[in-house]
Amino acid sequence: MSEVYDVLIIGGGAGGLSAGVYCGRGKMKTLVLEGSARTGGQCAKTNELENYPGIVESTGPALMDKFREHCDKFGVEFQRGMVSGLKMAEDGFTKDVTTKDGTVYQAKSVIVATGANPRILGIKGEREFTAKGVAYCATCDAEFFEDLDIIVVGSGNTAVEESVFLTKFVNSVRMVVLHDEGTMDADRTAQEQALANDKISFIWNSTVEEICGDELVNGVRIKNLKTGEITEHDTDGVFMFVGTVPNTDFLEGAVELNRGYIKVDDKMGTSMPGVFGAGDVNDKWLRQVVTAAGDGAIAAVAAERYIAEEEHWSHSVLEAKEDRLVAFWNPLDKQSLELMSQLETRAEAHSLKVVTIDTYKSRNIADRYEITQIPTVIRFRDGEALKRIEAPSAEKLEELF
Amino acid sequence: MIELGKENFDSEIKEHQGVAMVDFWGESCGRCMELMPDVIELADRYESDIKFAKLNIKGNRRVAMGQGVMGLPSIVFYKDGEKIEHLSGEELEAEQIEEAIKRYI
Repeated sequence: MSEVYDVLIIGGGAGGLSAGVYCGRGKMKTLVLEGSARTGGQCAKTNELENYPGIVESTGPALMDKFREHCDKFGVEFQRGMVSGLKMAEDGFTKDVTTKDGTVYQAKSVIVATGANPRILGIKGEREFTAKGVAYCATCDAEFFEDLDIIVVGSGNTAVEESVFLTKFVNSVRMVVLHDEGTMDADRTAQEQALANDKISFIWNSTVEEICGDELVNGVRIKNLKTGEITEHDTDGVFMFVGTVPNTDFLEGAVELNRGYIKVDDKMGTSMPGVFGAGDVNDKWLRQVVTAAGDGAIAAVAAERYIAEEEHWSHSVLEAKEDRLVAFWNPLDKQSLELMSQLETRAEAHSLKVVTIDTYKSRNIADRYEITQIPTVIRFRDGEALKRIEAPSAEKLEELF
Repeated sequence: MIELGKENFDSEIKEHQGVAMVDFWGESCGRCMELMPDVIELADRYESDIKFAKLNIKGNRRVAMGQGVMGLPSIVFYKDGEKIEHLSGEELEAEQIEEAIKRYI
């Protein structure tokens, strides 16, 4: 078994690498575990990058190389490994992360940034012709289609932006769009670029029924959703950009998911204490490089706080030789403030040490002891709660001693 | 591993008696670059049984397309010059390649 990492980040895309920068800079012992994809995740497969603030023009791979360089600068370690399981160790603090080859990594905190992969629709011929004319990544496969005619399926940002990119290689792009004429799922700037590009044309209200070919793709059957009419079109390739599915199979039963995406709170916390989510894998509204990077930063800082809090708790309460008084308080709450000064004085008189838990900053430990009333004071002996008083009056405090 | 191009593809693969494996790769294909060390390792391990070769699609796109390869990564097996299996896709793992090799030795 390896040494215990402070933070183990699963996934090396924008979310994971951004978390890596923050963790590394925060002097935490950090490991990024990368699965089968190259560093950079989905962004590394994107060509036209125009919406990452401060980067006026760049490609996805170039930006992700910078993220990686930034992690290296702060001493973040990288390893290859496909994670197959995540569980809390018996101490309720350390997390065990298992990879497919059986390696077990231990970490105090885990940031899941496994992202998402292109959705496979399961159209007839789709699997059969993958790498034979059916493609999911313009960066990877564009040059095969030089001077050829292609179909693009989808109308989201990725579909529209990659169609524009593909026009640098191909003779023509026909976009098959589910919606009524003029309606796409992409943002307006992307749409305008596509509409202004004379190599791009549109087939509205339609879906691809079948991808046909002999050894390579040579045509598609397209169904008009309004009329039900099926038409056949010659084409040399079909690029599928119809959304993504999250990579969360290994989290099934470990953390709470919503349609496969990780449910996170505003600190990127998941249902398992000390496990955070970042980037496209999260159940969220906007999936972009900038939001993934933002998630990564939040998750990293939250992970750091979590570790500090847990270690402080173990060291100053659970492992303490003498009794401890633990005050769960909120510095913004008037009653809390009054209580604290009284508690300090009385505790001192009884030679007892007071440990304070600020529930405004974090609810983690408070939730473990089901603290609903603030302030609450608990006397601990040998790591166990001995006596508990909720919202005490000055007199009632005496019961603790 | 033998480096292939348009000038030697036929002589090395199409005219080869026995099994050959060709790794079609490209510099912009992240998964290809990532698989490459594993493929080289497999080539070292099984070179007495199978002929191993790689083809950079840069400048050789027509050769690849002539072999029915229009996407990367693509690992194609040949027997006596005839294409017998085409492994592909972003999720392709070294283990799958090794399984295929074992089937043909």
